[in-house]
Amino acid sequence: MKFVDEFREPELVIRTAEEIRRLADPSRHYRVMEVCGGHTHAIYRFGLKDLLPENIELIHGPGCPVCVLPMGRIDDGLALAQQTDVIFAAFGDMMRVPGTNGSPLEHKARGMDVRIVYSPSDALKLARTNPNKHVMFFAIGFETTAPSTALTLMRAKAEGIRNFSVFSNHVTIIPAIRAILDSPDMRLDAFIGPGHVSTVIGCRPYEWIVKDQYKPIVISGFEPLDILQSVVMLLRQLQAGEAKVENQYKRVVPWEGNRAALHALAEVFQLRPYFEWRGLGFISQSALRIRDAYAEWDSERRFEVPGVRVTDPKAAQCGEVLKGVLKPHQCKLFGRECTPEHPIGALMVSSEGSCAAYYNYEHRKTATTSRLGRTA
Amino acid sequence: MCLAIPGKIIEISPDNPDSALVDVVSVRRRVDLGLLQDDRPQPGDWVLIHVGFAMSKISAEDANDQMQTLRMLGETEAAFEEVKGYGLGDESDGTRGSNRTEKTA
Repeated sequence: MKFVDEFREPELVIRTAEEIRRLADPSRHYRVMEVCGGHTHAIYRFGLKDLLPENIELIHGPGCPVCVLPMGRIDDGLALAQQTDVIFAAFGDMMRVPGTNGSPLEHKARGMDVRIVYSPSDALKLARTNPNKHVMFFAIGFETTAPSTALTLMRAKAEGIRNFSVFSNHVTIIPAIRAILDSPDMRLDAFIGPGHVSTVIGCRPYEWIVKDQYKPIVISGFEPLDILQSVVMLLRQLQAGEAKVENQYKRVVPWEGNRAALHALAEVFQLRPYFEWRGLGFISQSALRIRDAYAEWDSERRFEVPGVRVTDPKAAQCGEVLKGVLKPHQCKLFGRECTPEHPIGALMVSSEGSCAAYYNYEHRKTATTSRLGRTA
Repeated sequence: MCLAIPGKIIEISPDNPDSALVDVVSVRRRVDLGLLQDDRPQPGDWVLIHVGFAMSKISAEDANDQMQTLRMLGETEAAFEEVKGYGLGDESDGTRGSNRTEKTA
């Protein structure tokens, strides 16, 4: 555990942890899913598990966009970029994600023109400055990044920049939560809702969880105190037998979301009938494709997409870990064949993936403690 | 990509209301304001930035707290790398340090 006195308002953190212990019914076991990979990272980094009673189990959800992308999509994107005069542009997070024949970074080492960009608008800038090449932006992310891709496409169209296209792998969070709740091996009591996705979509889209499944959800910030306060709010609902959407992160998340961002999404994207998620399989209406009005800027229509499907290595249990059925260290490959230095599954690549977070904070701590001859 | 980076609006571009010079500690870069059309930030306002686009207006206090959260998460360097990379890291788009004269892109 991090030292609590490093946290902002350490006394309040301790009082909130005490409140959680007081509220948690010792005869119950609570399974709470944090949907967002940012929360997973924060929970491990801050050692928040150590502040919670043992009967509150945090399950790590599917909210890491790099982790849920099937390998076939990476292969497809890289296949398109094999053509001459194509620049493959992607966020740095994508660069080490393994495809069948290596990551984008390894393709770059073999001569492919691969560029890291930190913003979709910089991919468009690359197209402006390289008029004789075609720039393909490999877009990933939930509703936090999708509006920026949408606005970039609107600008490309307005400016008539034709040597630019987007390979959209944008996904939406609500159908993934629905798929997890529909899965027969999942039993969840409540959700810690994603903070930054909700600045775009607002709180209203979560109301179906309350209506259909009667599960409480609290949209949460990322500081230790935010996450602990969200657990208090969830426990209060559970104790009162209630299920409603609450917003702990009011200082950033408006109830109605960001209208301009939602408008850009609706202008450029439509829902795909279905899309494959790594570990979760095909989920209907869970991803965004580019509308016909922007077909000219859609890599999937500009080029012939191979449509590669790759099954994850049998021994890797990414799916079970993604659904929270297994803890990261219970996977057969964890910490042996699969490490952050040599990732086999995508959950080990991103710092927001639950395997990398577990490896960096829990596994290393356990290994150090056992080397020192203490019990972990 | 998933980092929310707090930045202070220094100046809105005179020829493009969707482009602002933003200061993240001492790194200055151009950030897109096109997704805040309904509630346009003004110089002096703080915003949360995702992948080069301002996504929400926040208070100075919340900006400070967010910076502290990034520090505690060990993500400060990644945030600086990201901001420095905006505009393809082209220094003519922004300046490092607060005293240099800003050239427009």
